Amino acid sequence: MSAEVAGMGRAKAEGPLRLAVPRGALLGETLDALDAAGIDTSEVRGESRSLIFPGQSITLVTMRPSDVPTYVEAGAADVGITGKDVLLEQADRVVYELLDLGFGRCRMVLAGRVGDERLGESERRLGMMRIATKYPRIAERYFEGTGRQVEVIEVKGSVELAPLIGLADGIVDLVATGRTLEENDLEVREEILECTARFVANRVAHKLRAREVDGLAAKLRQGLAR
Amino acid sequence: MIHPIPPGTRDVLPDEMRELRRLHLALIGVFEERGYGEVATPAIEYDEVLARGDGRTADTAYRFFDGSGDLLALRSDMTVPIARLIATRYAKAEMPVRLCYLANAYRAVRPQRGQMREFAQAGVELIGAPAPEGTAEIVEVLEAALDAAGLERAVIGLGDADLYRQLLAEFGVEGGARDSILGRLAAHDLVGLETELSELQGVSDDQVATCVALSQLRGGKEVLEEARALGGAAVERATARLGETLEALEARGVSNRVQIDLGLLRDLGYYSGAILEVYDPALGHVLGGGGRYDGLLKRFGIDQPAAGFALYMERVHVAQMEEESADGGGT
Repeated sequence: MSAEVAGMGRAKAEGPLRLAVPRGALLGETLDALDAAGIDTSEVRGESRSLIFPGQSITLVTMRPSDVPTYVEAGAADVGITGKDVLLEQADRVVYELLDLGFGRCRMVLAGRVGDERLGESERRLGMMRIATKYPRIAERYFEGTGRQVEVIEVKGSVELAPLIGLADGIVDLVATGRTLEENDLEVREEILECTARFVANRVAHKLRAREVDGLAAKLRQGLAR
Repeated sequence: MIHPIPPGTRDVLPDEMRELRRLHLALIGVFEERGYGEVATPAIEYDEVLARGDGRTADTAYRFFDGSGDLLALRSDMTVPIARLIATRYAKAEMPVRLCYLANAYRAVRPQRGQMREFAQAGVELIGAPAPEGTAEIVEVLEAALDAAGLERAVIGLGDADLYRQLLAEFGVEGGARDSILGRLAAHDLVGLETELSELQGVSDDQVATCVALSQLRGGKEVLEEARALGGAAVERATARLGETLEALEARGVSNRVQIDLGLLRDLGYYSGAILEVYDPALGHVLGGGGRYDGLLKRFGIDQPAAGFALYMERVHVAQMEEESADGGGT
């Protein structure tokens, strides 16, 4: 294992292609997509606590979805899979977005408390809304783009808490089913954008390992079409 | 006591400096050997003069007034200052003129990204030698420079700066929409590219497919044929031009490292014709780049074709170290 780690941080043209796999909500569908593309994922699905799963032609490296752009930009991973929300939040990371994988579909929304007029009231009377979010850059860009002034408050944990106890007037967050919002007495006020999982590549790997990267993209596309 | 320096700048201590100096000497040696004389220009210029070279002044990050109220700026590369130098000092010289440099340039950085505000570039400028021979000559010099740096596995990507501007004109895409699409192409955001092109009035599905496919074509000579099969005048012109450059490179015996790349798009405003980028498998970042800028000198009052390249010295040094450790133990 130590040899794997020693080589990290730099792209290398030999050896298997390194694919960054997102842990968490996207993991299941990512592994299904990889299976459909003919890549063995049984090791990752097993009980192992390892982070790196070496294979013949592809080594799977598991990590937080929000770390995928970091590893891929640096070339420590040649290619990766992560959500569009992550890519938008880290828009300054240079990675090539090659394919919309279609799964992991969810919406970035502005939400407020059910029946509560705080959002509108703050905007009208104070000229400014307070918005809690884990996606400060997406939120800022959205309100800037719609010509409204907000104070964006970045939180790390359950963002639903913020409007309930008065930290913020509303939240910008990702919703898949909407159940979490409902359970916390929150409702969608505006849709900001729709996000799905994307296949991304390091800029240099895309050039120097063109055949492998294109091959993998093609197999993923075929797998999805099935 | 710790006294800070601005983020994106750094001190160089003797161990590193010794290695950097060796690299500097090796590269300048290669350039001089091929008739490129070394020049230096001031790091500070009049903002107005730099802006003449590159209208999009986004790269010029540091501007200030001097005591007499003149607006000065730190250069963001060496190509524009050398264009200024050629127009001022070499206007009547016999062409071509061959110059090289090793100099610091300055750009804005985004916080916490490890980007350098001040960085060293080594490069050459060949003025008065048109394509394809002029292009082939700088690729030859670049090859020799990469050899001298010990980067045997480095690859030179060769593309065409005018391809997409002309292709989009052919599709009837102009103005803001065109710039936005060019931005998607430069970022290689294929998903966004496809969505945005499809949404434009009057662009057919075939045209969208052509544009996406074209941006993914990279490899050997066969790529030119694959591109031609996609059709259109812009593609025809770009592939013909790339074909000529490749022939000139083959005649010089320096085409081995070259990868044709129809997806290449450099974002510096002054490029036209051939564009270059340098990669090494040891590093996830681009080592350098360059190409032709046949229109740049004209902005300074002399109409001469020009081409050149620049290597980022710090990155070349990192790649060099990685290559050495790969040679030693290997993974």
